[in-house]
Amino acid sequence: MNFETTIGLEVHVELKTKSKMYSPSPVAYGAESNINTNVIDFGFPGTLPTVNKNAYRLGVMVGLALNADIENHTHFDRKNYFYPDNPKAFQITQQDKPLGHDGYIEIEVDGEKKRIGIEELHVEEDAGKNTHGNNGYSYVDLNRQGTALIEIVSKPDMKSPEEAYQYLENLRKIIQFTGASDVKMEEGSMRVDTNISIRPVGSDTYGTKVELKNLNSFNHVRLGLAYEEKRQAAILKQGGSIGQETRRFDEKSGETFLMRVKSGADDYRYFPEPDLPDYEISPEWIAEIKASLPETASVRRSRYINELGIPEYDAGVLTDTKEMSDFFDEAVSYDANPKLVSNWLMGEVNAYLNEKKIGLLDTKLTPEHLAKMINLISNGTISSKIAKKVFQETISNGTEPEEWVKSKGLVQESDPAVLKPMILEILDNNQQSIDDFKNGKDRAVGFLVGQIMKQTHGQANPKVVNKILMAELNSR
Amino acid sequence: MISKDEILHVAALANLKIDANEVDSFVSQLDKIVGMESKLASVDTTGVEPTYNMGDTNSVFREDKGIHTQTREQMLENVPEVEDNLIKVPTIVDKEDDE
Repeated sequence: MNFETTIGLEVHVELKTKSKMYSPSPVAYGAESNINTNVIDFGFPGTLPTVNKNAYRLGVMVGLALNADIENHTHFDRKNYFYPDNPKAFQITQQDKPLGHDGYIEIEVDGEKKRIGIEELHVEEDAGKNTHGNNGYSYVDLNRQGTALIEIVSKPDMKSPEEAYQYLENLRKIIQFTGASDVKMEEGSMRVDTNISIRPVGSDTYGTKVELKNLNSFNHVRLGLAYEEKRQAAILKQGGSIGQETRRFDEKSGETFLMRVKSGADDYRYFPEPDLPDYEISPEWIAEIKASLPETASVRRSRYINELGIPEYDAGVLTDTKEMSDFFDEAVSYDANPKLVSNWLMGEVNAYLNEKKIGLLDTKLTPEHLAKMINLISNGTISSKIAKKVFQETISNGTEPEEWVKSKGLVQESDPAVLKPMILEILDNNQQSIDDFKNGKDRAVGFLVGQIMKQTHGQANPKVVNKILMAELNSR
Repeated sequence: MISKDEILHVAALANLKIDANEVDSFVSQLDKIVGMESKLASVDTTGVEPTYNMGDTNSVFREDKGIHTQTREQMLENVPEVEDNLIKVPTIVDKEDDE
């Protein structure tokens, strides 16, 4: 029996706001426990929520970037449940009239393009964070309670773990380039729940779906889904049946384990949120938000290729993250040659980041300094050899390249009047090299250039040196 | 007719403890309430937009400014047990962290 796979994904993304979704408490990742909480977050009697305008705006941005229709008449709903990470005992969400619906994103797997539908997306609030002690207690930090989230529910359009992986990659990229979220799995600003079922090829009803949790990276999603495909197929082949259950992915073994069996639909007793009014999202506001959408990764990529002459592969790397792409754009805006900026970012800068295992924004390098350094090379002020020194200095200490080069006397020597006497002296002292050159040994040139560089502490302009040296060698 | 199981289910969802001898009285009480509300279903509402909200305000937003309206000390004052500024609660297993 052959099976086909059906996958749907629910993705929660934290929106990048200064305050919470329904309360003015500040939002900051990694803050001291319970420091950013107030009576609304704690669910004190008599408190009332208010809707964060910026959070809604960012939600609409994401919706538009995902090609969704934005709902004009909406309201909030209350989802009821008891859990210590949310002392209100309910979550304010949008169940009935979500912010947007019927969107899609495009993915490409094995050279084939495919559209994955977005069922709906809505804004809601995050819960606090529990840590479990082994002493019979749990510990609750409510800083995250009330943080603005957007939940994006895909249609069950994905047919393989690889498609799910590509969907997540593209979703992350699209949202990141809107600037609405950091979308960092490792910081929990992006979280993924998956549903997977399999059915015999040609069957017109879906199989029983299993929910997968504890997926901390896109790769775990791919591995967990691949394991589930095999596990479910093996059960069905033996004549067994799939239970409607939630399973946990174990990253050590790469297997999934039963967490709990689902007993029917979740009983959340949704009802319209009585503490908030209805919301009209005007077409004018939506148009305004649409006009404010930053350039997408794919638009940037084509601009780099077509307007700046960056090779296709390089343009892809530069637009992999918004921080890299923003850095590139800003450096180029300081009149640095785009191709050189690209080469430096992909070469030395990336090597530095990999070596130190840090992100671009964790270094002291600024786009302005990188541009200045590149321009110092372009206008012949420093050699590319000296540039490496300058680079290490500016990326490690944030030093301004121009001043540093001047103060350290690293300016390249390009004056023939200075270089020629030196070259003549070196030639006079190295008759053997001249003879070697005459006998066709090109290596001799390298040796002589090396001698000159040594004498000038690497500051001689190689182009000028080569020109004078070759003219002199040929005339002797 | 409301069943005993439904009473127990709803009580569990609401985190209420009900004694076994109370169940019958809740069955008859809730039955009356639900019965009365079901009268509403006899009204023909075809073509009528639902009323989600009774308020006459609309689309009131708050500007996105982060402010502390209470201090942590104030917020933790009523918490029964605090450890390292965290709220100490009995461990709850068999439920996920991120609802």
